[in-house]
Amino acid sequence: MTSDSPRPPPRRRFFGAWGRRELQGLFWQVLVVGIAVAVIAFLWSNTVTNLSARRITTGFAFLGREAGMPIADSWLSYNPKDTYLWAFVVGVANTLRVAVIGIVLATILGTLIGISRLSANWLLSRLAAVYVETLRDIPLLLQLLFWYVLMQALPAARAAWRPIEGVFLSNRGLILPAIPIGSPQLWVLGVAVLGLAAFYMIRRWLIAQQMRDGKPRPAWPFAVGLIVALPALVSVLLGMSWKIEWPELRGFNFVGGLTLAPEYFALLIALVTYTSAFIAEIVRSGIQSVPRGQWDAANALGLRRSFMLRQIILPQALRVIVPPMTSQYLNLTKNSSLAVAIGYQDVVSIANTTLNQTGQAIEAIALIMAVFLTISLGISFFMNWYNARIALVER
Amino acid sequence: MTVITDIPDAPRAARRPQVGNPVLRWLRTNLFSSIPNGILTVALLAVLAKGVISFAQWGIANAVWLTPANDSSACRAVRGVGACWAIIPEKYRFILFGTYPFDEQWRPALSVLLFIALFYLSTRRALWRRELAYLWIGALALISVLMWGGVLGLSFVSQDRWGGLPVTLILATFGLAFGFPLGILVALGRRSKLPAIRSLSVLYVELIRGVPLVSLLFMASVMFPLFMPAGFNIDKLLRAQIAIILFAGAYLAEVIRGGLQAVPRGQYEAADALGLSYWRKHRLIVLPQAIRHVIPPLVNTFIAFFKDTSLVLIIGIFDLLTTAKTAIIDPAWQQFSVEVYIFVAAIYFVFCFAMSRYSRSLEATSGR
Repeated sequence: MTSDSPRPPPRRRFFGAWGRRELQGLFWQVLVVGIAVAVIAFLWSNTVTNLSARRITTGFAFLGREAGMPIADSWLSYNPKDTYLWAFVVGVANTLRVAVIGIVLATILGTLIGISRLSANWLLSRLAAVYVETLRDIPLLLQLLFWYVLMQALPAARAAWRPIEGVFLSNRGLILPAIPIGSPQLWVLGVAVLGLAAFYMIRRWLIAQQMRDGKPRPAWPFAVGLIVALPALVSVLLGMSWKIEWPELRGFNFVGGLTLAPEYFALLIALVTYTSAFIAEIVRSGIQSVPRGQWDAANALGLRRSFMLRQIILPQALRVIVPPMTSQYLNLTKNSSLAVAIGYQDVVSIANTTLNQTGQAIEAIALIMAVFLTISLGISFFMNWYNARIALVER
Repeated sequence: MTVITDIPDAPRAARRPQVGNPVLRWLRTNLFSSIPNGILTVALLAVLAKGVISFAQWGIANAVWLTPANDSSACRAVRGVGACWAIIPEKYRFILFGTYPFDEQWRPALSVLLFIALFYLSTRRALWRRELAYLWIGALALISVLMWGGVLGLSFVSQDRWGGLPVTLILATFGLAFGFPLGILVALGRRSKLPAIRSLSVLYVELIRGVPLVSLLFMASVMFPLFMPAGFNIDKLLRAQIAIILFAGAYLAEVIRGGLQAVPRGQYEAADALGLSYWRKHRLIVLPQAIRHVIPPLVNTFIAFFKDTSLVLIIGIFDLLTTAKTAIIDPAWQQFSVEVYIFVAAIYFVFCFAMSRYSRSLEATSGR
């Protein structure tokens, strides 16, 4: 071929400026979306036919009807005459009750075990390693059933164990002394929360001042004043008593105090121990990710050990720890739905009962999804905010 | 917790004079390096000794190991003070194989061995070639023939009689075998430049990951019949299997996406420069590198996933955990569930521990 041979005429483009690549892309998208729409339409039409054949009307109208299901264990007041909507709210409260307390306890226990794994004490670090390996490699549901069986094998209320005075452990669950919460107590707690918020603002201001002139300003007097003294003052002014209510055995059951039902207690133990094994590994790898030079430098500056950990090591370790921790918190929340296996009535269990009673399968599952997506988004949002706060500020 | 970490102390420990009995020296550095540390060691030893002794008393000294068939009186005599391991020889066939016809139980047993051989071969780095895929297809086909039968003179066993360990392994393995390609497609979809495909992939992954597996299983067991045309019915086990595949696909997609992000841009550009098509580019250049990057997290996902198959208990499918729970419904043996749970926990533990050891050895040898 020589250069003067006639070149083929440029191919005419049917679609104006669109090249082959764009057309291919469009083709694939149309194909995939078309398949997705076709599948959904097929399933939807089947569902509509099936539902009308079973005389089930779709929609959320059933939420207003009387639920008629018993809910044994709840911190909200509920009776079977209430509506399905309220039963759902009680279920969500039960899910949150186990998830929030579980997250706090699992974080504490997991951190302790993660630190133990790094201990210079060989025995302690081996024991922590065995704890982590054992709990991680056994299904959570099996552990949950195991704890529940143990809980049921506990002595009856009359022969309850008393590990500490006022604490009873029996097949009725764990009974703790409690302070009855009424409206004056809530006022005091509210003041304490406000005090905490004010203290947080003041501390930020103090740190900003220190950044300007380098002089350290102690924050603890503000902490004592705002978080301890102020609520105490309000409490005295309201003239209320913080009397502890001790549980006591009367007849076959306990009166007073705070009762954690066996189902709740077993679920809490299972979730906390299982998740703490994962959190321990995250904490360990987080601490190990801090380069040795940072420890050496802090030692060379002659910093006190607590100061060094708080100001040098922890802020760097947290950057590695927080993102995977978020997914553990999400896992714990989702795993709380295993409650249905031992009869603790969380939102999944209540949705399941609703589904069996009313046949409103789609609505019940949609509610479960909505609840968990909301909780997940809430946790992710909070953890992302926290992560952004502790993230490395690059110049 | 007196000592946070050994990191800063390590050089100092190395400088100590290396004299005296090596055992004593080891004890000194690792257990009694300081007074609080010594106290901690002694306290831990005391707690440990108490735990070990009371467990040994219950599990060994006072335990009942064998009883005449279907007679739990010896066990009930030691209830509370000794373990009843006799329940395991009594019930192990049911726990391991469920209601599979008794005389045919060599078939699920052989399937379990085939599964284990398949897993073992998959860990051999020398076999990570295309042939491995054929091996999987062949082994899974062979297992299906063994379990179902109906050919080669094997009697047909319908899947509602399957149970126990084979069902757990089937749910996990088929879940992976189908979830993995699905995960690759979704991961590619999520990184695609085409907005419709990308948003569909994101929607799928976030919806599945946002809800608990329990609710997906409920959906499979309750809603699936509603989705299908009237008269069309799929077996419960298959429905749960589909839910598990969809679940695995979403989680694996996120892991694989992490691997895709780790492949340098230059690799994509080089593949484009060679004029490879999208699929050839990913099959030959990108995916092999991406998957190699994420093998340890993939194995961790497999472990999580293997444990999660036990959730099918909630919709009444006879996997290993369900058969264990059913075995102790028998009134004579009802009180000895702890022993059965320990037995089943040991089986799960062996599988998961092997996988986690393997993942750790991979992390140690590969990459950097």
